[in-house]
Amino acid sequence: MSEFTLTLIKLAFLAVLWLFVIAAVGVIRADLFGSKAADRAARPRPERPSRAPKPPRAQRGGNAPTKLVVVQGERSGTVINLSDVPITIGRAPDATLVVTDDYASTRHARIYAQDGQWIVEDLGSTNGTYLGRTKVSRPMPIPPGVPVRIGKTVIELRK
Amino acid sequence: MTMTSIGEQIRARLPYQRRNAATLVLLIFAMVLTLSAFAEVGLARDGNVPAGLFVYGGGLVVLGLVAYAVQAKFAPYADPLLLPLAVALNGIGLAMIYRLDLDTSADRKVAAQAGRALIPDEANAPTQLMWTFVGIALFVAAVLIMRDTDRPDAKLSFTPKTAQRYTYLIGLSAIILLLLPIVPGIGAQINGARVWIRVAGFSVQPGEFAKLALVVFFAGYLVNKRQAMSLIGKKIGPFSIPRMRDLGPILIIWFFCLGVLFVQKDLGTALLYFGLFISMLYIATQRVSWVVIGVGLLAVGIFVATLLPFMGHVNQRIDIWQNPKPYFDGGCLLDSGRVVPVNPDTEIYKRFKEQGDGSPGFSACAELGGSYADSAQLMKGLFSLGEGGVLGTGLGQGEPWRTPLSFSDFIFDSLGEELGLTGLMALLLIYAIIVQRGFKTAVAARDPFLKLFAGGVSFVVALQVFVIVGGVTKLIPLTGLTTPFLSQGGSSLMANWILIAILVRMSHDARKPAPQAIQDEGMTQIVSTR
Repeated sequence: MSEFTLTLIKLAFLAVLWLFVIAAVGVIRADLFGSKAADRAARPRPERPSRAPKPPRAQRGGNAPTKLVVVQGERSGTVINLSDVPITIGRAPDATLVVTDDYASTRHARIYAQDGQWIVEDLGSTNGTYLGRTKVSRPMPIPPGVPVRIGKTVIELRK
Repeated sequence: MTMTSIGEQIRARLPYQRRNAATLVLLIFAMVLTLSAFAEVGLARDGNVPAGLFVYGGGLVVLGLVAYAVQAKFAPYADPLLLPLAVALNGIGLAMIYRLDLDTSADRKVAAQAGRALIPDEANAPTQLMWTFVGIALFVAAVLIMRDTDRPDAKLSFTPKTAQRYTYLIGLSAIILLLLPIVPGIGAQINGARVWIRVAGFSVQPGEFAKLALVVFFAGYLVNKRQAMSLIGKKIGPFSIPRMRDLGPILIIWFFCLGVLFVQKDLGTALLYFGLFISMLYIATQRVSWVVIGVGLLAVGIFVATLLPFMGHVNQRIDIWQNPKPYFDGGCLLDSGRVVPVNPDTEIYKRFKEQGDGSPGFSACAELGGSYADSAQLMKGLFSLGEGGVLGTGLGQGEPWRTPLSFSDFIFDSLGEELGLTGLMALLLIYAIIVQRGFKTAVAARDPFLKLFAGGVSFVVALQVFVIVGGVTKLIPLTGLTTPFLSQGGSSLMANWILIAILVRMSHDARKPAPQAIQDEGMTQIVSTR
C-alpha cells in the first residue's frame, strides 16, 4: 500500500463517517418537516384529518377554528388539530388530551363538531368545566377565542 | 415566518409515521461504516483486507439485522435513529479494539512464531465481539419482553412503567449493586478502583447497572413528590427549599451512593450520579434554582474535599489536571504542595528498583512522605490527540496502543489519533443525536413517570460522555468512566444496550397513533360523580 492510497482511504473513511451523521440528521429533519417518502407512506392513513375540517369551514366562510391550543396548565403549548372526531379531555390515559391535574376528572369534558360549530360538553366532572366565566351545564357552542377551563388547564379554539 | 409558526408547523405534524425504512437504510450505512473501518485497519496495518472483517463485521451485520427485524415487528413506531446510531458506535468501537488488539496483526503473529518478546496488550477483540453479541441479544430480549404501557392485558406484561411499582425495591437494589464490589470475596480491585465483582470467571462492573436502577428510583420517587416539592416549602430569597420529609429519602439514598463511591475512589461515577440527581430534580420540578443549588453544592464539596487530609487523592487529581507534567511516569505530591518526580530516571526510583521493589515509584514516594500519582496515561493520551491533528493518521497507521488503557478509558484519544478532530466531531455528534432522540422521547411521552425515566437515561448518556471525554482531553479533571458503546467492557455494553432498548420501547409507545376512543358513539351514559 502506497502512502498516497492510504491517505485516500483515510479521507474516504472520514467522508463516510460524516455522510452517516448527515444522513441521521436528515432523518430528524424528515421527522419534523416531512419528507416525500414519509408523506407517500402516510397518504392512505391521515385522510380523515385532512378532510374533516372542511364541513365547518364551508358553512362559516373560513372562520371556523382548525385547532385546539392549550394556553395554560401542565400541557401548555400543546396543539391538537380539529377533525370531526370528538376530543375528550381528562385524566384517563385514552383521552385525546390527557391532563395530569388533581382538579380534573378522569373523563372531564369533550369537544365535538355539530352543524359547523364546536360544542363543549361536561361529562359529569367533579369540579366542572367553564366556558369563559359560565359553568358548562349543558352542551354549549364555543365561540372562537373564548377560553375553556378544565381544572388548571385552559384551552382555546383557534383558526 | 415567525418562530411560533414554525413551532406550530412542527407540532401540527405530531402524528408520527413508521420510519422503518429510514432505520434500515441508516443501519446498513452503519454496517458499511464498521466494515470499512475494519478494512482500513487491515489495509494500513497488514496490507490486505483482514480476516477479522468477515468474523467481526459479519457478526455485527447479522446481529444488527436481527435487532432491526425485532424492532420493526414489535416496536414499529420506535424512534428511527436510536438503533442505527448505537450500532455505528458499537461497530466503530469494535474496529478500534480490533486495531488495538495487537494479537490480530500480521506482524505480531510473525513475531510470536519467531519467539520474540512481545509488548503485552490487554485489548481483546474476540471478547468484545462476544459482549456485543450479548448486548444486542439483551436489546432484542428487552424489546420483546417490554409491552406498551396501554396494553396491560397479558399476564406477564412488563412495561417500562412496571418499574414505577417497585420504586423503593429498585432504589435498594441500586445500593446493593454499588456495595457488591466492597464485599470481600466477590469484590475485585482493578486499575486502582474497587468497582468490580467476579462472577463465574467474568469481572462485572455493577455500577453500570446501578446507574439505570438509580434513574428508575429517582423517576418513581419524584413523580409522586414533584408537586409537593415544587409548591410546598420555605422560600429563601428566590429559592424554595422543600420540606425535609419530601426531600429526605432521596437525599439519604443519594448521600449513601456518593459515600460508597468515595470509599471506592470511583469519582467519575460519583460525579455522574450527582449530575443525574440534579438534572432529574430539575426535570421534575422545572425549577432552575435546583441547578444553581446543585452546582453550588458541587463547588463547595470539591473545595471541602481539597481541605480534608484524607481526601488527598481529590487534591492530587486536581493538581494533575492543572499541571500534569511533573507527574509524568510518576510524581510525588508532598504536603507542602511541591511535586517531586519519582520517574524511572530519578535516583530514588533506581534505588528502590535495585532492592527488587514491585512498585518502586510508590515506595519512593512513601519514603518522601507524599502521595504518588502517575500522569503518563493522561499525557500520552494528549500526545496521541496531538499526533492525530485535524484529519488523523488514518485507522491502523497511528500508535495509539502506547497509551495505557487505550482500549477502554482512553479509547476516545485512540480514536482521536487515528480519525483526527474530524472523526471525533462526528462521533460526538452521534452521541448528541442519541441524547436528543432520548429527550425527544421524554417530551413525547404522556406519562410523567416515563417522561422522567426517558429524560434521566438520556441525561446519563450525555453526562457520561461529557465526564470521560472532558477527562481524557483535559477539559476537566480525569475520572475513570467508560465511553458508552466504544470502550471495551461487557458491563458497559450490556447496560447501554438495555438503555437503548428502554428508549426504543418508550419512543414506540409515545409515537404510535392514539387508540380510537370508545365513547365516540355519543351513546355513553353519563353517571354523575357528585
